[in-house]
Amino acid sequence: MEETQLKRTPLFEIHTALGARMVEFGGWEMPVLYSGISQEHLAVRQAAGLFDISHMGEFLFDGPDSLKFLNQLLTNNLAKLESGQGQYTLLCQDNGGVIDDLYAYRLGDTRYLLVVNASRLEIDWMWIKAQRNSRHKSLQLEMTNLSGNLAAMALQGPNAAGIIAGVFPAAAELLKNQITKLEFGSATVWVSRTGYTGEDGFELVVPNGHAPALWEQLMSLGQALDLLPAGLGARDTLRTEAGYSLYGHELTSDTTPIEAALGWAVALDKPSFNGQEMLAAQKQDGVSRRCIAFKMTGKSAPPRQPYKIFSADGNGREIGEVTSGTQSPSLGCGIGLGYVESDHAKSGTGIEIEIRNRRFPAQVVKRPVFQKSS
Amino acid sequence: MADIPTDLKYATSHEWVSVEGDTATIGISDHAQEELTELVFIELPDLGCELTAGDPCAVVESVKTASDIYAPLSGKIIDTNDALDTEPGTVNDDPYGDGWFFKIRLANPQELDDLLSPDDYAEQVNI
Repeated sequence: MEETQLKRTPLFEIHTALGARMVEFGGWEMPVLYSGISQEHLAVRQAAGLFDISHMGEFLFDGPDSLKFLNQLLTNNLAKLESGQGQYTLLCQDNGGVIDDLYAYRLGDTRYLLVVNASRLEIDWMWIKAQRNSRHKSLQLEMTNLSGNLAAMALQGPNAAGIIAGVFPAAAELLKNQITKLEFGSATVWVSRTGYTGEDGFELVVPNGHAPALWEQLMSLGQALDLLPAGLGARDTLRTEAGYSLYGHELTSDTTPIEAALGWAVALDKPSFNGQEMLAAQKQDGVSRRCIAFKMTGKSAPPRQPYKIFSADGNGREIGEVTSGTQSPSLGCGIGLGYVESDHAKSGTGIEIEIRNRRFPAQVVKRPVFQKSS
Repeated sequence: MADIPTDLKYATSHEWVSVEGDTATIGISDHAQEELTELVFIELPDLGCELTAGDPCAVVESVKTASDIYAPLSGKIIDTNDALDTEPGTVNDDPYGDGWFFKIRLANPQELDDLLSPDDYAEQVNI
């Protein structure tokens, strides 16, 4: 992709001033690292990190039928949310293939916010519009794509609450998955207690023009609490340690949430929704392959997408493929996520990863791959 | 600014070469280690392995990616820096010293003429 076509977030100048290394991601020019991936990763595990996630998309739905509409598109049960609560959920095709994974928040009685992946934003929006105009024409709701107007950042790590209290005392009182509207100068900011790192933390959605001031204020409040700016590199190693899926890796239009081990975010008991029939059948009959997390058990190079996975039960058969892999900065060994035949998906199962024509031992482990108490 | 010692020769693929008699010591440049970022794993060629100039012969891995290292010269591997096995970060800290990769017994010393001078290499990396 030509650099001139890449979009820049309102924090671009701040990143360059901080000496960030910029890379293309989902059509955006984003910071991959500032001081170093491992250092930023460990800051998030031990203190705090601040991420620019302005590339993510925000869709707003309002109207008496917004719940009814969204609950037919999304796999989790949106009806369970009270005002000020959010949930992880997926957008699926009728055949159960994943279009995107996202967070859905209930902002008010009939108001909902969806936060979607940058790389899927346009596809999601087209899909949702097409659904609205075909199957759900008579429903009463308005939908707005706010992505172009809004920036976002994630403040993550054990010190995140202590830092955010300095600018938004009420945010520090939020419980996990809660969201609230707060004032920042003349701007309205949505703050939720959510994240993609496996740590406590917050995500803040802010109008573009106010993003630099909010970033600077958080950085300055964080100075005494060892806050570091953190890039997409650390975001990826943190989510891999946490065992979280990433669209384009664990999730594609050819995988279903059941195969991806995300059945907990599929409410099969709610009224009809896109993909329900296929997902119910998979849940009942089982699936032939399943997404696993694994850890290398001996010395080896880090596993990478799309290295092959082999069985370690004596016959050495190819049973799957790595979808994400890295050297874990917390554990100091290779870790990854991948798909294997379901018989090999149980935690504790020995497997082998083929790295440059040699096979190295690994073990299927429970998510998260890394936990501080472990 | 990346450090480019003037007593070494360089390959366009960012390896450095230091020659003593018929033996060449090879590593990667300061510029290369900076671009690769913090290294977490290094795979070196086997002792006795015969290489042709341009062969991929080692792999360096950062947290994010794996990259090939190429043989700048033809010859037989006579020594490898096994300390990198446990301390790959040495390449980041001291790319021209303790961070060396391997030694080759030169098969064709004339190939040295194909390598870049420090000035030419500086020109290449500063573009």
